[in-house]
Amino acid sequence: MSKAVSALSGAKFAGFATVTETGLRGMITVRGDLASKEMAAAVKSATGAGVPDQRKVSVGDKGKVAWMSPDELLVVVEYATVLDTVATLTTALAGSHALVANVSDARAVFEISGEGSRDALAKLAPVDLSKSAFAPDEIRRTRIAQVPAAFWQTGDSCFEVICFRSVAQYVFDVLRLSVTNGGEVHHLV
Amino acid sequence: MLTLQCPYCGVWAEETELHAEGEAHLKRFGPGSSDDEFESYLFMRENPKGVHFERWRHSNGCGKFFHAARSTTTLEVFGTYSAQTLEPPQDIKDKISAKYPNWSWRDFS
Ligand SMILES: [Zn+2]
Repeated sequence: MSKAVSALSGAKFAGFATVTETGLRGMITVRGDLASKEMAAAVKSATGAGVPDQRKVSVGDKGKVAWMSPDELLVVVEYATVLDTVATLTTALAGSHALVANVSDARAVFEISGEGSRDALAKLAPVDLSKSAFAPDEIRRTRIAQVPAAFWQTGDSCFEVICFRSVAQYVFDVLRLSVTNGGEVHHLV
Repeated sequence: MLTLQCPYCGVWAEETELHAEGEAHLKRFGPGSSDDEFESYLFMRENPKGVHFERWRHSNGCGKFFHAARSTTTLEVFGTYSAQTLEPPQDIKDKISAKYPNWSWRDFS
């Protein structure tokens, strides 16, 4: 088997916040009836987490689960275990009207960390990122400049952004521009 | 800037996160329909100065289509609602009536 590589091989840029391409990540799109007991059992056995509420991310011992729409979840696991997780989910949902698709290699993941990360992201997305508005366990699907993306918090001043792999360079470039020294807004901290 | 709440994910999305998808509540006329019906399905659209019903899609978000009721003159939004319906819900019609008692739009009033 050929060696899998991430979109930008760990590209990194440090300004008033740091942007890092995090490398390969296991990501699985799951669609179906989120309220069903089959879905709850499938997600539990695959990640250890429960089915998240609207726009939330739930975390288990083997991975996390993000609410993408009323009939769609994103299961995030280690890249090395993604095929096993797909198998677990597929088996658990075998009798249900559901879809399980490995989208790991169709995506790129970036981390924005540091004091100004909130500001840097807020410049690129039409989202209120103030601490009172954006919850620590929330996922937000939106756009980053001109392309669709989603993000969630991994710490107090640390975010992860996912986007399509085909626009990884574009997203890295706009994030890099946004964190460039001199571009601080000091509005959200 | 127009801000609409997506009824599927609950996000208050501003216009650039959405895509306008034309008029709401169109009834499809396909094979077997008369030429007039087909022409009106394809081409005839409301262009009101005032109360209007539209389809929108939360394209940079949850991806779902939904409906919005708003005024084209004041940009006031009366509400957004599910796409799985053939007509505006009563509470939205009531809200419009409270402000514009004589409103009408196609067969709705
Ligand atoms: Zn939505």
